[in-house]
Amino acid sequence: MTNKLALHTRTAAAWFFALLLFFPIFWLGLMAFKTEAQAIATPPLMFFEPTLQSFQEVMARDHYAGYAFNSLITSVLSTAFGLAIAIPAAYSMAFFPTGGTVGLLKFILSSRYMPGVGALMPIYVCFQYAGLLDTRVGLTIMFMLMNLPIMIWLLYTSLRELPRDILEAARMDGATVFHEFRYIVLPLSVGGIASTALVCMVWAWNESFWSLNLGASNAGTLAWLIASYSSPEGLFWAKLSAASLMAIAPIMALGWFCQKQLVQGMTFGAVK
Amino acid sequence: MTRLLPRTLLTPAVLAIAIISIVPLLITLYYSFVRYSMLAPGEHDFHGLANFHFFFTDGAFLPALKNTFVLMFSVMAITVVLGIALGLLINDAFPGRAIVRVLLISPFLVMPAVNALMWKNMLLNPIYGLFAHVSIFFGATPIDWLSEYPLLSIVMMVSWQWLPFACLIFMTALQSMDKEQLEAAGMDGANYLQQLRYLYLPHLGRAVSVVLMIEMIFLLSVFAEIFTTTGGGPGFETTTITFMIYQQALQSYDIGAASAGALFAVLLANIAAFFLMRVIGKNLAK
Repeated sequence: MTNKLALHTRTAAAWFFALLLFFPIFWLGLMAFKTEAQAIATPPLMFFEPTLQSFQEVMARDHYAGYAFNSLITSVLSTAFGLAIAIPAAYSMAFFPTGGTVGLLKFILSSRYMPGVGALMPIYVCFQYAGLLDTRVGLTIMFMLMNLPIMIWLLYTSLRELPRDILEAARMDGATVFHEFRYIVLPLSVGGIASTALVCMVWAWNESFWSLNLGASNAGTLAWLIASYSSPEGLFWAKLSAASLMAIAPIMALGWFCQKQLVQGMTFGAVK
Repeated sequence: MTRLLPRTLLTPAVLAIAIISIVPLLITLYYSFVRYSMLAPGEHDFHGLANFHFFFTDGAFLPALKNTFVLMFSVMAITVVLGIALGLLINDAFPGRAIVRVLLISPFLVMPAVNALMWKNMLLNPIYGLFAHVSIFFGATPIDWLSEYPLLSIVMMVSWQWLPFACLIFMTALQSMDKEQLEAAGMDGANYLQQLRYLYLPHLGRAVSVVLMIEMIFLLSVFAEIFTTTGGGPGFETTTITFMIYQQALQSYDIGAASAGALFAVLLANIAAFFLMRVIGKNLAK
């Protein structure tokens, strides 16, 4: 009996806190379907006739599709190229460790401790010389480099967990490193790679600092579009909400859909 | 062969990271010793330590240093404490746990720029914001959060964003606990607080270090939340070191001073990282 009561209490508490944390997003979603007048009504309206007006206005005014395309292409490509560099590195460190591996891992992570703003001017100048300012190529490179250290760490921790005996058996049978990687390591670590890719894609999609400072009209991502809404403050809440919802919806849908992978990806091998 | 190949596989990554971390650092080092203002272009003559002097004696410096630490440590404390509490709450199965997880994960997926605008306009606004409505409902005077408690407002936004991250890591870590040990402890009459103290919390040690390590990286460079809400103000109340450098570079166009500040930020980050690594480095690399 007390067990049942405890379960009910815990269930209620868990739902309460989950809904509380989610509420701002729900509220934003609600605003997006209001008219501007309804959006600032006092007391706030919970029940109203939803309208798509704000979405239409955002679509008409802002070339939403262009920004969404930039977000998509930069986050997907930066993740793909990042994996292409990070997987071999993580594989090498996980399966052929040397005395310097731990030091190297620390160096890799410490490179990420430099605040972006500290590197902004040099990178801005380099990008200017290379003609990469406000290009999708430039942002892709930046996102890739930004995520690379964490990517290597995530992959390293997940590759370390692979059973070693299988690899040793394969080596005894004369498998080359390439075969070993292609037919044993890769299939076994698909989950870890997918998790890593997902986390890095979320970070690239949501990245604001580099998008704001290295992108503009051409390569601007959705983060750039949203930041451009910060100046006419408070005047167009329904439109701001609609634009915000459209900016976060794709990555949120992906995150919800791949929830398990995402959670796994974020753990950095912390579960063991 | 077996020696050469691992190194070859490692080379592109190490090269890329070396380039992205060392090249900007060297250029920043150079800028920090020259007179370089975008308002007065031309020769970059040697400026000695003047840029550093300028940065450190700026009225914003000490408040920014304080704000950086307050922001970082309070968000870390809030997310770790609440994250553990929430993680324990959703650790055992209950009806709808999958949906609860989806709801909890969501703030992590919200882009910081949206997070900031959402809090600023829809939650914290003293007239139309949800918090104001709630205050009025309870007969209290609405608070103008962003001008009365600006740093606290930023802490709330950032904590909201990072709580799911902490919570999910703790939850995953709790899943891997030894069930038999817990049962045995229960049989021996250990109450929940004792179990928490001697079993749950020690088990979470590694997860806590991971959360702190990753959060520190992102919290040191919190930008969008400040940029889109308070712009560092009122006064210097939400100016952090990161934001101060940004202002000197892109609002005062003083690249020299900004570079001096950037070097300081790098130093600060590395000192923090050094201590963090000492505590958790071996924990992570095993």
